[in-house]
Amino acid sequence: MSRTPAAAGGLSPAGNEASSGPARRPFRPGSDWFFHGTFIGLSGTYTLLIVALLAADIVSTSPQHLVDALTKPEIRFAIWLTLVTCTIAAVLSVVIAVPLAYLLSRHDFPGRRAVDAILDIPVVLPPLVLGLSLLILFHLPVAGGTLESFLQRWVGIRVVYTPVAVVLAQFTVACAFAVHSLQVTFDRINPRTELVARTLGCRRGQAFRLVVLPQAWRGVVAAFTIAWARSLGEFGPILVFAGATRMRTEVLSTSVFLELSVGQLEAAVAVSLLMIAAAVIVLAIVRQLGGKVA
Amino acid sequence: MLEVRGLTVESGSFRLQPANATIPAGRYCVVMGQTGSGKTTLLEGICGLRKVTAGEVLLDGVDITRASLAARGIGYVPQDLALFPTHSVRQHLAFALRLRRIPAGEIKARVAALAESLEISQLLDRSVEKLSGGEARRVALGRAVSFRPRLLLLDEPLSTVDEATRDRLCDVLRRIQQDHGVTTIHVTHSREEARRLADMLYVVEQGTVVARPLAVLQSDHPPTQKGDS
Repeated sequence: MSRTPAAAGGLSPAGNEASSGPARRPFRPGSDWFFHGTFIGLSGTYTLLIVALLAADIVSTSPQHLVDALTKPEIRFAIWLTLVTCTIAAVLSVVIAVPLAYLLSRHDFPGRRAVDAILDIPVVLPPLVLGLSLLILFHLPVAGGTLESFLQRWVGIRVVYTPVAVVLAQFTVACAFAVHSLQVTFDRINPRTELVARTLGCRRGQAFRLVVLPQAWRGVVAAFTIAWARSLGEFGPILVFAGATRMRTEVLSTSVFLELSVGQLEAAVAVSLLMIAAAVIVLAIVRQLGGKVA
Repeated sequence: MLEVRGLTVESGSFRLQPANATIPAGRYCVVMGQTGSGKTTLLEGICGLRKVTAGEVLLDGVDITRASLAARGIGYVPQDLALFPTHSVRQHLAFALRLRRIPAGEIKARVAALAESLEISQLLDRSVEKLSGGEARRVALGRAVSFRPRLLLLDEPLSTVDEATRDRLCDVLRRIQQDHGVTTIHVTHSREEARRLADMLYVVEQGTVVARPLAVLQSDHPPTQKGDS
């Protein structure tokens, strides 16, 4: 899969292309009314659909429903767990994605295309399948035990159906998006700047720290934000791998599911609005950074 | 002194034939040749940016063929300058000095002196993204000579500036080179640049490197390896 903003889920730090893309002209339909009418009609349909979705959520709830939702201990726990797990997953994603995206951007090595293709799997895999795969991985019998039992015995932590599983499920998907996003960032940084830095006396690590990272930091922040947003929206893998246990592994996406399953539509909508608000904030941050990324 | 002995460098399908050259210390050597003849490959082979498949490079008698980029002590100005977009002019001139842990007071003095000789003192706190082409070239040159390298490699450093700027930069290049006494290799297409700067001349054609007398620069035709055209 090519390294395009689309490959990064449309939330690439590349708002980039805004600076390098073609200049936009003021809209004047002129005599091409049929062409413009068709295009505006088709474009408007989809834009309206999104606006209608948001409007429907807003009119289906009230400030009282929001307050009620926010005062429920289960929802408050879900908000807290969501904030914590999304942040941990996003930090882990960036820690892994920075070196991985840099290597893919700068070097040709045996198996590079295979690695590139493998990193697309979490992006295209059905979420439930990803959750199931994680579950199977941790319960696969190996050398008289399972990964879960080894971790429990040697490190003293349980993973499956715990908040650790929530983070792992979020990280598995979010990291792939962070890698794609950062690869676009590193591709846009002139590799010769590092080479010149090395002729000036830098070791490789110094050249990366002193010359590449300062150019990439907005891209790193954007990748963190994208990973955080992906983690926020994760549902399928969490449901299968971590479960949806109230006051234990319930995050906001599973809250919507749990509220719906007990017929609490208003509460489900209120939680959805919280998630929409978070998504809008993240989108604003990415767009703000996008125009300035190296 | 720079000695290049049988240097062979491969760059994709292009192969620089075994190259031999000797440039005495402190001399200004101009390398000319057509586009794609191998000038930049030769420079990158000496600098260590391309893998050398055979031969050796000796700088002041020391074999640096396999030395790391950092250990070579070579100042390099690439064709695109490769300035650091997040650094100011001052940070560029101080970059190599900071790496060498030179005391802050000495860095300040050396940066000020270098900026003055490059005539960019008024630009020290400016971002390099806000410089003109001529100013950017002065900064790239200053960054390359800031740590007093033993060899300076310039890859078409004046290729995209107007004639007046090029004339001024030729004066700056000559002055800086003489002030620092640094052995210099300057790759160019321009006979005018070569006439103004060269102490000695090499011509690269289809991957082979040959020394030519400076007299060939007086002709109206581009210098070649055969005949004095």
